[in-house]
Amino acid sequence: MAETGWFLALLITLLKSVVLLVVLLIFIAYVLYADRKIWAAVQLRRGPNVVGPWGLFQSFADMLKFVFKEPVIPDGANKGLFLLAPFVMGLLSLAAWAVIPVADGWAIADINVGVLYILAVSSLSVYGIIMGGWASNSKYPFLSALRSAAQMISYEVSIGFVIITVLLCAGSLNLGDIVNAQDSKFGLLGWYWLPLFPMFVIFFISALAETNRPPFDLVEAESELVAGFMVEYSSTPYMLFMLSEYVAIITMCAMMTILFLGGWLSPIPFFPFTEVPGVIWFLLKVCAIFFLISMVKAFVPRYRYDQLMRLGWKVFLPISLVMVVLVAGVLEFTGWGAGMAQ
Amino acid sequence: MNVEGLFFYLFSAIMIGSAFMVISSRNPVHSVLFLILAFFNAAGLFLLLGAEFLAMLLLIVYVGAVAVLFLFVVMMLDVDFTEMKQGVLKYLPLAATIGVIVLFELILVDSVWTIAPSSIASVTTPAPPGMTNTMALGRVLYTQYVYLFLAAGFILLTAMIGAIVLTLQHKVGVKRQDVSAQNARTPAEAVEIRKVPSRQGV
Repeated sequence: MAETGWFLALLITLLKSVVLLVVLLIFIAYVLYADRKIWAAVQLRRGPNVVGPWGLFQSFADMLKFVFKEPVIPDGANKGLFLLAPFVMGLLSLAAWAVIPVADGWAIADINVGVLYILAVSSLSVYGIIMGGWASNSKYPFLSALRSAAQMISYEVSIGFVIITVLLCAGSLNLGDIVNAQDSKFGLLGWYWLPLFPMFVIFFISALAETNRPPFDLVEAESELVAGFMVEYSSTPYMLFMLSEYVAIITMCAMMTILFLGGWLSPIPFFPFTEVPGVIWFLLKVCAIFFLISMVKAFVPRYRYDQLMRLGWKVFLPISLVMVVLVAGVLEFTGWGAGMAQ
Repeated sequence: MNVEGLFFYLFSAIMIGSAFMVISSRNPVHSVLFLILAFFNAAGLFLLLGAEFLAMLLLIVYVGAVAVLFLFVVMMLDVDFTEMKQGVLKYLPLAATIGVIVLFELILVDSVWTIAPSSIASVTTPAPPGMTNTMALGRVLYTQYVYLFLAAGFILLTAMIGAIVLTLQHKVGVKRQDVSAQNARTPAEAVEIRKVPSRQGV
C-alpha cells in the first residue's frame, strides 16, 4: 500500500508539472508576441502580422525555424560545456516555477522556504551565462558574460533586501502564506505595494537588471557586443537561451505579483469579483506587470555600464538597507508584525 | 529500501564522485564546475535531513556567490595546472597527514565513544514541533546567541573593510565619471551652435 502510495504521488506531481510546463510555454509564446506588438505600437509599426490571423502564430513559426536550422559549434569551443550551458539556463529558469502558487494551493511543491528557493534558482542562472560565454572560446561572448554576471550579482543584493522587507511584513518564507498575509477587507489597498511602494519600484527596476532587459541590456547590446554571450550560438541552443530569458522575465512578474500585488487575491473584495477563479487574477496581474516591462523597453534609452553599477550599489542598496531597518522598527514598535501574534 | 535512502545514496555517490573530479580534472574550470555539483548534492543531503533553510542558504551563498567568484578568478587568470601539479609529490606527506586527521575526527564524531558526553545534549536539540526550520533558527540566533551573532557580523565587516583598504588605490591619470558634474551640465555649455557658411566649412 505504502509502495503504491508514493508511486501515485510521483505520477500526480509529474502530471501537474507537465500541465504547468505546457501552459507556461504557450503563455511565453504569446508574451513574446505581445512584447513585439507593444514595441511596434510605440514605434508606430505593425509588428508581426503575417503568420496566422494578426500574426498570432509568429512565435511558433520562429520556434520551428530555430529547430530546423543547423546548430553550428565553433571549432575551438569546449563542446560539452558549450551545449550544457543553454540546457542549464532552460532548466533553472523553468525550475523556479515549481514553487510558484498560481492560485490558492496550486503550487507543485508548497515548500516552507519558497522565497529562498526562487532566489537560489535565479542566482544560479548566472552559471548558464558564464559557461556559455567561456565555452564559446571567443572574446566577445566572454567579455559580455563577465559583464552580465557582474550585473546579475549586483542587483541580486538589492532584490534580496527588498524581499526581506516583504518577509518581515508577512512573517513567512512560504509564497502562499505571503499572499494570504495580504488578504484584507481593503482589497487592492491592503496589498504590500502601497505600504512598501519604494520597495516595489526598486524591485521592478532590479528585476529589469536581473533579467538583462532594456534599459539594462548591456549584455546583448547589439551595437557593441553583437548578441553578448550568445554570439556563437545558433539554432536550438540559441532558442533555449532566449526562451529561458523570457521565462525568467515571467518568473520575475510572478514574484512581483506574489510579493506586492496579492497573488491570486481579488483586487475588489466583494461578491462578483471574489467568485472569479484566483488563477485568472494571477494571470491578469502578471500580464499587467509584463506590459509595464515591455513599455520600459520601448521608452527608455540604454544605460551606460558605470551608471548601471552606480544605480545598483550606490542608490538601491543603501535605500533598501535603510528600508529594512525602518520596516523592522515600525513593525516592532507598533506590534503590526505577523510574527508577533504567535 | 525506502525512497529517502535511495536519494541519500544517490546524492552521496554523486557528491563523492564530483569531489574526486575537483582534484583530478585537468581543466581548472571543470574543477570549479564539479565543485558546484558537489555543493548541489550537499544541499540535497541537507534537504533529506529536514534542514531546508540551510540547504537554500548553501545554494544562495556558496553556489550563487562564492563559486561564481572562484569561476571568475579561474577563467580570468591563466593558471597552468600541469605546472602546479609537478610539486604534488613534495606536499603529499603533509596532505596525507591532514587527511588522516580529518578522517579520524569524522570517525570520532560518528562512533559511540565521545570525548565530552555533556556536550552532546546541547548539540542535537531538534526544532520544536509546529515550528518551521527557519523560525526555529531565527528564535535561537536572535535571542540566545544574539551577541555572538553580532560579533560574527562585526568580524565580517572588519574583514570587508580590510579587503577594501588593501586593494583600493587611487591611480592618477585615470578618467573618472563624476555623476553630479555630468548632471549639472546644461545644453548652453555643452553644445555650441554655429552657422556654417556654404562651401567654407567650420
